[in-house]
Amino acid sequence: MTPVPDVVVTGMGATTPLGGDLTSTWNAALAGESGARPFDNDWVERYGLPVTFAATIKVSPRDVLPVPELKKLDPSAQYAMIATREAWADAGSPEVDRDRLGVVVSSGIGGIWTTLDAWDTLREKGARRVLPMTVPMLMPNSPTAFVSLELGARAGAHALVSACASGAEAIGYAVEMIRSGRADVVVAGGTEASIHPMPVAAFAASRTLSLRNDDPQAASRPYDVDRDGFVLGEGAGIVVLESAEHAAARGARVYARIAGVGLSSDGYHITSPEPSGDGQIRAMSAALKDSGVAARDVVHVNAHATSTVVGDLIEARSIRGLLGDEADHVALSATKSMTGHLLGGAGALETIFTVLALHDRQAPPTINVDKPDPELVLDLVRSEPRPLPDGQIAAVNNSFGFGGHNVALVITSA
Amino acid sequence: MAYTEQEILAGLAEIVSEETGLPTDSVLPEKSFTDDLDIDSLSMMTIVTLAEEKFSVTIPDDEVKNLATVGDAVSFIAGAQA
Repeated sequence: MTPVPDVVVTGMGATTPLGGDLTSTWNAALAGESGARPFDNDWVERYGLPVTFAATIKVSPRDVLPVPELKKLDPSAQYAMIATREAWADAGSPEVDRDRLGVVVSSGIGGIWTTLDAWDTLREKGARRVLPMTVPMLMPNSPTAFVSLELGARAGAHALVSACASGAEAIGYAVEMIRSGRADVVVAGGTEASIHPMPVAAFAASRTLSLRNDDPQAASRPYDVDRDGFVLGEGAGIVVLESAEHAAARGARVYARIAGVGLSSDGYHITSPEPSGDGQIRAMSAALKDSGVAARDVVHVNAHATSTVVGDLIEARSIRGLLGDEADHVALSATKSMTGHLLGGAGALETIFTVLALHDRQAPPTINVDKPDPELVLDLVRSEPRPLPDGQIAAVNNSFGFGGHNVALVITSA
Repeated sequence: MAYTEQEILAGLAEIVSEETGLPTDSVLPEKSFTDDLDIDSLSMMTIVTLAEEKFSVTIPDDEVKNLATVGDAVSFIAGAQA
């Protein structure tokens, strides 16, 4: 029997509230910058939005993509395309067998700008003005489909949807595609472009957004006692995954290994995480078991931690519950403090941050934690990046989504 | 106000250019939408939808198949103006 292939990361790309590419994004994260900014439009006055800011994309696709692509791609697909091109180039733009190349790019919300723009057009101008590209742009598989067209990928193009866990679930599925022998190379990740007044109003209605309108950059503050909700973000993170054998054969640079994938569902509530953290623990435990990594080798966790009052502590207790005393030497980072919450893009961007933390041997900071929650039972990396140990090390990236979706990825150093 | 054929050609060239990325000066009356400009049926319907709005005309679906060249489209739009 053929052994199950190891899966390695050989390319990465991103466009985020912190930067138009991965290097600028990572440098801004290490420097502890915030991507949150006030809306530069009339939405607040026009619609009475209770939230007046978000972590909007740093570099507009209008400055990057040609006009025909701007017109044919929903913003969620534009972000995915920009990040894909960077990731593919970063992997060395390899010549690969297209029948062995897969794509898994997810979005949590889908093409909501296209949907709502088309609805506006229909109401204002009638059916004859609705553009023929509307459906291919709004469908939630649009980003993965356009990426598959870009690369000519023919092993399969998928878009798993699990709200804020979508990006991580996409990477997990991509790992399984390689392990099961369906593909040698898979381009995977997540994207989101839902900073439109309707979703802002709707998230605000669910009382999940921070209302710190007087200080947007301090609004996302996971594990701080004064946290009051998440900051809506947008952008994309994309990785190129390969079987270790395929990467070695072409002499590719390997950043890290995706060693374990763990999935679970709470079966509890449509928006609230199950209070005991049982579902989260089962996902992390499954990922650790899948990876063969011992709890004592986990030195870093990139937490899902969105800056909500309840969610942050449930996750912290879950990590402690799973790792026990071994959690004492875990450097915990909550990078949404800087990026805001990229929803379907979050799990992918945070996987990339986790890979870079292992690769560069430094855990990124968590900003705005002026007074750590006394119930936080873990060692949080605060204002400065923290060095990580030499040798073989492992890290966990958690992503949880509305609906009770839990995804944990175990990543090991190259 | 009716548009002249020259104005229609210029406006159409702008729409085609934004749809395809081709320079506006390559959108000439004798060019075939499919053979020269490589426009597929979905793109053609996008161009038709945008042209209808821009020139305030209706281009019936049955008519679209007769618009082989840019010049055909210009002539049809010119004639369809109220």
